[in-house]
Amino acid sequence: MWVRSTMAYRASFVMTTFGNFAATFFDFVTIMLMFSRVDALGGYSLPEVAFLYGLSGVSFGLADLVIGSMERLGRRVRDGTLDTLLVRPAPVLAQVAADRFALRRLGRVTQGLLVLGWSLTRVEIDWTAARLLLMPVMVASGFGIFCAVFVAGAAFQFLAQDASEVQNAFTYGGTTLLQYPPTVFAKELVRGVTFVLPLAFVNWLPATYVLGRPYPLGLPGWVAFASPLVAVACCALAGLAWRAGLRSYRSTGS
Amino acid sequence: MGAGRLYVAVAAGGFRRYATYRAATAAGVFTNTAFGLILVYTYRALWDEKPHLGGYDQAQMLTYVWLGQALLSTLAIGGGGVEDELMERIRTGDVAIDLYRPADLQLWWLAADLGRAFFQLLGRGVIPFAFGALCFPVYLPRDAGTWAAFFIAVLLAMVVGFGIRFLVVLSTFWLLDGTGVSQMVWLLGFFCSGMLLPLNVFPGALGEIVRVLPWSSLLQAPADILLGHADPLGTYLFQAAWAAALLGVGRLVQSAATRRVVVQGG
Repeated sequence: MWVRSTMAYRASFVMTTFGNFAATFFDFVTIMLMFSRVDALGGYSLPEVAFLYGLSGVSFGLADLVIGSMERLGRRVRDGTLDTLLVRPAPVLAQVAADRFALRRLGRVTQGLLVLGWSLTRVEIDWTAARLLLMPVMVASGFGIFCAVFVAGAAFQFLAQDASEVQNAFTYGGTTLLQYPPTVFAKELVRGVTFVLPLAFVNWLPATYVLGRPYPLGLPGWVAFASPLVAVACCALAGLAWRAGLRSYRSTGS
Repeated sequence: MGAGRLYVAVAAGGFRRYATYRAATAAGVFTNTAFGLILVYTYRALWDEKPHLGGYDQAQMLTYVWLGQALLSTLAIGGGGVEDELMERIRTGDVAIDLYRPADLQLWWLAADLGRAFFQLLGRGVIPFAFGALCFPVYLPRDAGTWAAFFIAVLLAMVVGFGIRFLVVLSTFWLLDGTGVSQMVWLLGFFCSGMLLPLNVFPGALGEIVRVLPWSSLLQAPADILLGHADPLGTYLFQAAWAAALLGVGRLVQSAATRRVVVQGG
């Protein structure tokens, strides 16, 4: 339904899809501009940063496509229209995800894939079976972790109602963070996104293994393969948070 | 004189209205601070490789980052100004009521947007900037004159920002749904205002082009005055010229739009 309704304004659909492409495109242009002045950032070359960037972009783009509408939940809680979803015989989570489903978000995925493709032609990787296998696993796990962040953020909005921007700090902020090498950031920040909010499992840990680089916190090598487990655990926790949030929901109706 | 009072009242209304969104303001402060942190580390990696890049030292670069976060919502560089509402009014046809009012459409919305901008400066600007100033070795000018000069540049930036966004809004009269255009312009604004990377770091001809575009009035111009990199008078002239040009074109387009206005809805 939402796909058909966006197609009603074709010019706008084309522009917003292209806009989603361009939004991430400018992010990458910024990185290229940085590399027009320096040869390495945090010890990583441009193709290596592009590798991290593409992986983060694809994982995040897919999660955004499927479940990105979650950020509208705060508004629905505030104006009481969530009630209409509660009385329908379908899971609320699925309904909220499908709410204003925006095909234009494909732009983000496309751009991530293009950058990833370009980086793979430039970066020197010693391809082994494990490394090859890790690529799709990494994207799928990253997708799962970002979905969990979206759902947890939505659960938080049952409490905060008007604070959907906090979610942006973790979703958009998270993907921006992962576009740069972990060596750029302070140790505390890296620890935070490894052990507290495990975004590092989206690309930093598995990608450093694929690139054959040492991981800055001195973690053992097998953690690169822990991403699927981390993703499952995140989704389970986010699901619990969502149920707790939904149960605590009190309609604003009079 | 009566007209002047009217627009002051509209601006005050805009200020008060945004002041009621307390949770949203707190959330915005959190997000600006988080993004500021990410930028600080990436820029640091850049400045470690190339000290004095773009003529800034490390401390000046840090000030620039937090200034950007402080001005982002004030100048609505990434959207979120009064244009959303006006665009919705054009889409639904409510704008017909605005056109009947004994007030000028452009000035009315400029006043409302200035009120909003002042609130965002206090509500969403001060705290991330203070956080940055306390946690990082930033550069801050010590004389009141520089700060005063900086605030004038911010004021002019508010008018230029509105001038750009008002033109975007007017495109809705022709396109009916303005989300596409506004998104494109926001992205362009993000890039060309120096929000992603200071404009003086841009290489060669690209750097020269972005510096003469109106968006350089938004973040780069006030920042350079605060950092002692630009002469205030020249900067004001540049900003005022863009403000006058944008508002003038906005006025022309507005009269063209209202002459052909077809009110949507019953």
